[in-house]
Amino acid sequence: MRPEMESERQQVEITGLVQGVGFRPFVYHLARECKLDGWVANHSGGVRIEVEGDPLDIDKFLRRLPEEKPPHSQILSIHTKLVPFQGNRGFEIHESDKSKVKSTLILPDLAPCDHCLAELADPKDRRHNYPFINCTLCGPRFSIIDKLPYDRTNTSMSAFTLCDDCRKEYKDPANRRFHTEPNACPKCGPQLQLCDAHGNILASSNEALDRTLAAVSKGQIVALKGVGGFQLLVDAADGQALERLRKRKKRPHKPFALLYPSLEAVQKDCKVSKVEADLLVSRERPIVILEAKAEARKRIHSLVAPDSPELGVMLPASPLHQLLIQKFGAPLVATSGNLAEEPICIENDEALERLGKIADCFLMHDRKILRHLDDSVLRVIENRPLMLRRARGFAPLPLMRSQIAQQATESLGSYLGVGADQKNTVALSHSGWIYSSQHIGDLENAASVERFDQAIGELTGFQQCEPQTLIHDLHPGYNSHRWVQKKSATKLGVQHHTAHFFSCMAEHNYIGPALGICWDGTGYDIDGVIRGGEFLYWNGDSSVENIASLRTFPLPGGEKAVREPRRAAAGLLYEISGFVALQHHLLKRYFSRGERRNLATMLKGQINSPRCSSAGRLFDAVAALLGLNSHTSYEGQAAEALEHSARGIQSHDAYPFNLQQQGHRWQLDWAPSVSALIYDEGKSLPQRAVAFHNTLAQMILTVAREIAEPRVFLSGGVFQNKLLTETVATLLRQNNFTVHSHSQIPPNDGGIALGQVYYAHCMAAASQPLGG
Amino acid sequence: LGHGSGGEMTQRLLTNYIQPIFNNSWVAQADDSATLPWAADQLVFTTDSFVISPLFFPGGNIGELAVYGTVNDLAMAGAEPKFLSCSLILEEGLPLKTLKRVLLSMASAAKTTGVSLVTGDTKVVERGKGDGIYINTSGVGVLLSNQPTDARQIQTGDLILLSGDVGRHGISVMACREGLEFESSLTSDCAPLNGAVAKLLRAGVEIHCLRDLTRGGLATALVELAESSCRGFVLEESSIPLSETVRGACEILGLDPLYVANEGRFVAFVPERFSNLAISILRNTEVGASCEYIGRVDGEARPQVILRNNLGCECLLQRLPGEQLPRIC
Ligand SMILES: [Fe+3]
Ligand SMILES: [Mg+2]
Ligand SMILES: [Zn+2]
Ligand SMILES: [Zn+2]
Repeated sequence: MRPEMESERQQVEITGLVQGVGFRPFVYHLARECKLDGWVANHSGGVRIEVEGDPLDIDKFLRRLPEEKPPHSQILSIHTKLVPFQGNRGFEIHESDKSKVKSTLILPDLAPCDHCLAELADPKDRRHNYPFINCTLCGPRFSIIDKLPYDRTNTSMSAFTLCDDCRKEYKDPANRRFHTEPNACPKCGPQLQLCDAHGNILASSNEALDRTLAAVSKGQIVALKGVGGFQLLVDAADGQALERLRKRKKRPHKPFALLYPSLEAVQKDCKVSKVEADLLVSRERPIVILEAKAEARKRIHSLVAPDSPELGVMLPASPLHQLLIQKFGAPLVATSGNLAEEPICIENDEALERLGKIADCFLMHDRKILRHLDDSVLRVIENRPLMLRRARGFAPLPLMRSQIAQQATESLGSYLGVGADQKNTVALSHSGWIYSSQHIGDLENAASVERFDQAIGELTGFQQCEPQTLIHDLHPGYNSHRWVQKKSATKLGVQHHTAHFFSCMAEHNYIGPALGICWDGTGYDIDGVIRGGEFLYWNGDSSVENIASLRTFPLPGGEKAVREPRRAAAGLLYEISGFVALQHHLLKRYFSRGERRNLATMLKGQINSPRCSSAGRLFDAVAALLGLNSHTSYEGQAAEALEHSARGIQSHDAYPFNLQQQGHRWQLDWAPSVSALIYDEGKSLPQRAVAFHNTLAQMILTVAREIAEPRVFLSGGVFQNKLLTETVATLLRQNNFTVHSHSQIPPNDGGIALGQVYYAHCMAAASQPLGG
Repeated sequence: LGHGSGGEMTQRLLTNYIQPIFNNSWVAQADDSATLPWAADQLVFTTDSFVISPLFFPGGNIGELAVYGTVNDLAMAGAEPKFLSCSLILEEGLPLKTLKRVLLSMASAAKTTGVSLVTGDTKVVERGKGDGIYINTSGVGVLLSNQPTDARQIQTGDLILLSGDVGRHGISVMACREGLEFESSLTSDCAPLNGAVAKLLRAGVEIHCLRDLTRGGLATALVELAESSCRGFVLEESSIPLSETVRGACEILGLDPLYVANEGRFVAFVPERFSNLAISILRNTEVGASCEYIGRVDGEARPQVILRNNLGCECLLQRLPGEQLPRIC
């Protein structure tokens, strides 16, 4: 027999990712199962519960709470305290308490759950074919939230009044749409509309969907208002439509992403590993870069990804995508709805104005997107996901809860890292978490800079904190750097590759001595050399030292060389053999006589020919020397071509190189490799391409052995290259190094902001005074 | 030219070269200061120093540059230039023939622009301590109109008038110095701007702001004006005049012509109602023959300069950070 115990009342404070994930309904059900009375409410610090009843029941409740929590929730802390018994009857969900001001977490936008998909397909359901169906477990979140706490009135759904049926679901604790903030149905929720390029309405609701499909079938370009912004759709098999899209978007080569109806359909066209399949069907629904099968050519026109053996593929991320692609029944190109490098459009008027010359018609709706979220992009390297662009589905979840960040933020407050100017993201540390914004884009255009401003405002606004130190890249021409200079807060400049190094350590929550191998295209350093083939050593305390790098070579034409690998090739050969180099038959092919004469003058007179130690530019130069690319139309194109041309070859061949000590530093001299590669004409292109990758891996191993630091971190855009990353990691592991690479954070400049913040925390922990 | 100890050497320079070449009553007096007649209540006064290699380049030389540079600064303030001073810093070993050519150019530039070179100074520095000739000129002028022309007068809706194609000075000097060869020969845009400005003002064109484009080019000048006027400018890339040769040279050199130096170009901020009058007057001047409206002052935008390119993309222009550094990763 149970001893009689006096009832008590406990107050429970929960922080973490507990709003918008069905947490309150879960608490409601659990409390009732445990026979407890009281209430639960959201507040901007998380969730607060007061329960009263038998202390044993309360114990059971508190034990089951973290064990059975809803699938997408994350609990950071649970605090309980005894409060006076009140004698409540029953358990209730209370309206949000807006008075408490504290940090909390916001859920990303999630693809439709199985329940919702079943209803969507059920002709008897009142939401049959309704493109805005969602529930507590799925649907829009970050893209519609205006401010915390997460309540319908604080989202762009506030414009829609719940109908009686929807309100009943919303109010009924037994319903799976209980407190689903974006709850909607065809009667009361957002509606579809198809417009022509002038904004004239052509059709609405289901007819809009049907006419959209007819338009795509006819070869038209459709602008679709997706989850985090507009996308441009065309039939992936229609060469003429693709050609028109490439011409109108002025995007001649860069691969387009594809939307597939099902995993099975993807598997027909691409090789899909278990890890890749899991990513494709995950609730985040990112674009996954897959190796195409030969059969794909039957369905996918070569203009989708010219010259690439890979395809970027995703499954529907929203019910609207689901309906479209199910009815279409074949893959559609779904590329971002923007002009060149500008951010994707999110507003209807904006899309009509900016995409009016690209799209033939616009499939839109009246639910506002409050911030842009590009499709996230991943690829699998070493059987692990590797983030290339982190946005929809992932942002704004914090990345980690690092011990060091916890200590440091408690004592030193928040840091804001403003990132680099390419693939910009911003990052904020606050009460033990580091938040990274979604991918913002290249800060060269006015619209991106505005979104950058907005993202900083939101990040600090949601967390209700004023960062104490602003951290920026050292590049004086970066708009992010200029933005910081105008502020009065304390400033800290962090060298580009140091930030790369620390972004990788942040991801692994590591503090201590380590070797960082940071290879990328271009990073500024105060010595004026454009760096990008760097080896950094951190002693685990306050000293980060650049201890080795690639031999430098001139880049005639500076930034122009980034889009013209032929210039990198000219600089590379000039560095090896001076003027004679410009008589090389490859350079004769790439440049006219007059151009070569001027190039020689530029190289000799050091006119706009900055020196670089960049691995990215070395890739470009070699790609040009192997006849792959003289000009490129998008970043990384030549390096990708070089990686792709090495496909299918197994070889350990490598070219010779030198490692020279210069004072305390080491220099990796690629000159013998490049000479050998040029004259290695007996070998096929793929063999030479593999040998070049092997050479770089051997170079890295040689330096790592010299430094003899067992922990190695790989970062920088060059490590988006699967062949190189896998070769390097294998080689290092065979030689007993512990190798860490990126997974959730992009190795490219999208990780710089996080690295800046983590660096600041590590230096603060090493009690290094932070300078301005 | 030898390293003078002061007195006699400088005297010889003055009597044999400067006085006969500059040839006016103030220089002839050979006093340390010139006493000038004056009838205005507002003076405009400016100074500038000129350092360039090579001293002679296609379309000009350091002497012309030194006169036009200061004359143009006065013109940009809405003034009619009147008097100039000239200080020479000469490197030991400079051929007197070279000096004479420079002085003759200065004299003829002064004549063209209607100014008198009324006072000056000469110093000779040791061999290797100067690039042949450095020149400093200061100038005074009188205001042509009672309306001030400066960044604070810029108003929303103003049109931005550019007097001609950009980048010729920087590219032609670089080509000449470094030995670069382009498809067709290129001459500097080095020219006086006071005549054109005077015509505009005398015809009653309301001009809110004038700025000559020098180092840092069109982009840097406009960014500075946007910041000091606290207004946003929107430019159309396609309307910015650019010669094919400069375009081609910038292409191979990897330079952005909007950041290349000019010595005879200016922008004028003109209210829309004067836009037709302004362009028709300017097109009839030598320096303004290829002038164009390149953009306008935007109401809502923040103080920034946006360049709308052929794609419809809106790039943000910035001042030149030292040199053109690659940013792309
Ligand atoms: Fe980088
Ligand atoms: Mg000046
Ligand atoms: Zn659902
Ligand atoms: Zn409803």
